[in-house]
Amino acid sequence: MSGQDDGVDQTRRWLAIGATTAVGAVGAGFVAVPFVKSWNPSAKAKAAGAPVSVDISKLEVGQKLLVEWRSKPVWVIRRSEEAMETLDEVDTLKDPDSEENQQPAYAMNPYRAREERKEILVLVGLCTHLGCSPSYRPEITAEWHGGFFCPCHGSKFDFSGRVHTGVPAPTNLEVPPYSFLAENKNILVIGLDEEHS
Amino acid sequence: MKPIKLFLFIITFTASSLTFASSGEQELRDFHTDPLNRTKSLQHGAKLFVNYCLGCHSAKYVRYERIADDLGIDKEALQANLMFTGEKVGDPLTIALGHDQAKKWFGAVPPDLSLEARLRGSDWVYSYLTGFYPDESRPFGYNNKIFPSVGMPFVMESMKKDMSEEDFDAAMYDLTNFMDYMAEPMKKERIELGRWVIAFLVLLMLPVVVWLNHEYWKDIH
Amino acid sequence: MMTFIKDTTVSLASSGYQWVNDRLPVDRAFKTHMSEYYAPKNFNIMYFFGVISLFVLVNQLLTGIWLTMLYNPSGAGAFDSIEYIMRDVEYGWLIRYLHSTGASAFFVVVYLHMFRGLMYGSYQKPRELIWLIGMAIYFVLMGEAFMGYLLPWGQMSYWGAQVILSLAGAIPVVGDELSLWIRGDYVISGVTLNRFFALHVAFMPIVLIGLVVVHLLALHEVGSNNPDGIEIKANKGPDGKPLDGVAFHPFYTVHDLVGVVIFLIVFCGIIFFMPDGGGYFLEKPNFEPANPLKTPEHIAPVWYFTPFYAILRAIPSKGLGVIFFAGSIAILFILPWIDRSPVKSLRYRGMLSKLNLALFAVVFCILGVCGVKSPDAHPFGLTFIDFKTVGQICTLLYFGYFVGLFVIPSFEETKPLPERVTG
Repeated sequence: MSGQDDGVDQTRRWLAIGATTAVGAVGAGFVAVPFVKSWNPSAKAKAAGAPVSVDISKLEVGQKLLVEWRSKPVWVIRRSEEAMETLDEVDTLKDPDSEENQQPAYAMNPYRAREERKEILVLVGLCTHLGCSPSYRPEITAEWHGGFFCPCHGSKFDFSGRVHTGVPAPTNLEVPPYSFLAENKNILVIGLDEEHS
Repeated sequence: MKPIKLFLFIITFTASSLTFASSGEQELRDFHTDPLNRTKSLQHGAKLFVNYCLGCHSAKYVRYERIADDLGIDKEALQANLMFTGEKVGDPLTIALGHDQAKKWFGAVPPDLSLEARLRGSDWVYSYLTGFYPDESRPFGYNNKIFPSVGMPFVMESMKKDMSEEDFDAAMYDLTNFMDYMAEPMKKERIELGRWVIAFLVLLMLPVVVWLNHEYWKDIH
Repeated sequence: MMTFIKDTTVSLASSGYQWVNDRLPVDRAFKTHMSEYYAPKNFNIMYFFGVISLFVLVNQLLTGIWLTMLYNPSGAGAFDSIEYIMRDVEYGWLIRYLHSTGASAFFVVVYLHMFRGLMYGSYQKPRELIWLIGMAIYFVLMGEAFMGYLLPWGQMSYWGAQVILSLAGAIPVVGDELSLWIRGDYVISGVTLNRFFALHVAFMPIVLIGLVVVHLLALHEVGSNNPDGIEIKANKGPDGKPLDGVAFHPFYTVHDLVGVVIFLIVFCGIIFFMPDGGGYFLEKPNFEPANPLKTPEHIAPVWYFTPFYAILRAIPSKGLGVIFFAGSIAILFILPWIDRSPVKSLRYRGMLSKLNLALFAVVFCILGVCGVKSPDAHPFGLTFIDFKTVGQICTLLYFGYFVGLFVIPSFEETKPLPERVTG
């Protein structure tokens, strides 16, 4: 014969079921943790994605360096004074004040760079349209104020990587986190700043 | 009940017979360690390892950054005291010594030491490190009690000459401790987590399921 | 408002359930296999191991799949990938230990589960098919474990596989071709590793799950045995339910929960405090990468295979050895037809039957020890006998159990069976 069905026992049974379910749920939560966390970037991935140091002491005016960081091409450009002056001249930009989330807070300015060395431009060299790598077009003419041109679908960016209107790319080129070493402003570290150390 | 009692006896008998019936092995020095309480020893051991062993032996599964984090060493101290060859902090402890070179100089390739303590046992490692003795018949002048005719020279000879027997043993203890750590760096975390898991199961989960079981079975006869 | 929300949700849920139930027999399945499946009320501790083995299977599947996300099945990368899992992946060490301890736990539990069958005659009519399917599960499980052990690509992985695969070579006429075909190469190599990986991760688990489902269906068809070995269906109440039975749900779902939690305590105790299993779950030589040019001093299969390995080594000739090795497992398949006793449970058989089984259990364990030790080592330091001889004696006694099982019932007096189950 099966167990009794009177009310008193049923209540106690429900209490016991409730307690077991509650403790069991907590246990299940604990068990889930290692499985979920194992998907986080491993120490190996973090090491491969570690910040990259670049010595810019010998970087000439107008020169562009190409550095690999997290398997992406990153440009480090030392802009001339002329180049810096063009930043006010282009009035057909989609996001002139860098309101979209394409740069760290310290790069939300017309030169999209850190104050201490505002002529140094650090950009991820991938077009925000479909990922081609744009060409560097520093020459300044009557029609072209300098910047970058993507050969794949014709997107144009100014000397701060800000995207022009009337081109397929939707947003400005990405500025990665970066900083200069406290002891030596000639060492640029890509992928590292106070927020991301 | 009888078959079960007999069965339990069988299991205990077998388990114990495994301990007694051992074929005579070499005498190893006992090595005891407390994985929850050995930071200072590990720090000393790490320094010894980098200075005396890393020249010829890699530890390619161990990363510098992990050593810093686990041993409570900050990044600058790590760079200053333990990193000499321009690696990045996330890199593993690899070496420049090539296999062919090593074979030519020592007769055998110095093995990677990441897992040595688990492969041979920490007792063995401790006995080995303290087991070198002078022997003129060997090319480098030293032999080893635990590993006869070993190809490794007695790298710690200079250290040993400058200190007492006890101090040298203590240093080798620290080095063994570090090798024990390298073989299983998460041991401390494993034990600490284990205590919580068993406590949860025994103090929370078990009473509650026993109670639930009783609520249903108390009426069954 | 709240009552409205509650009432609507409840009625939506129940009509949703009704919709599914009209198209898939959820209710009927639950009733057939849980709430109206009657199991004997006198199950003892030996009856936990079936459910626990199901739990361990789920553990192996879950941790196994997770490991597959991180493991590299190539000769060059396998060993490194294990260390990557252990050190670089967050909680990778825990997932690994869950899997390695789970593998050994699976065999402990399965051996206890099988022993229950021997004790209570659970393989006897009408449960012969359940026993056969169970033996098939055991056989597939051994294959699964054997292939799984190659994957870490350590010294013991490599050389253990080398020894066992060379047994295939001992088969006359086809032996060498067979070995070559299994290995896919002239020696065990990355080719062998890759195919063992595919079989271990995909093929065998699917077969295992299928067999477990069929095992449970066959069980539910005839109903469970019990420690008294009598059929509870013989005594039904006016409602058609067995007088000595209780509904599996809720009585045994709740009861098995206790068993699972106790098992978990032991299981976690091992994982967190001695995951090496004293050198038997994670063997020392396996902390060194596979080296085809260097044979370890002492090659032995993992502990759960050692009894059969001891039988293999006990026979002087290689060919005969393989036959006895295979025979020692094959004979278990025909157990239901060897045991001729009209009485199922050991409780109602005579002293001789009890001693016969007890001896079998002891001998099985001793054979296990023999398989681990080197054949010329001496037990307890006794010079007049070595483990090889012990193995030979125990091999005879092992097969002697089956002879006993066949012969003893013809003259042994059994105790009268009770009408109703006892405790």
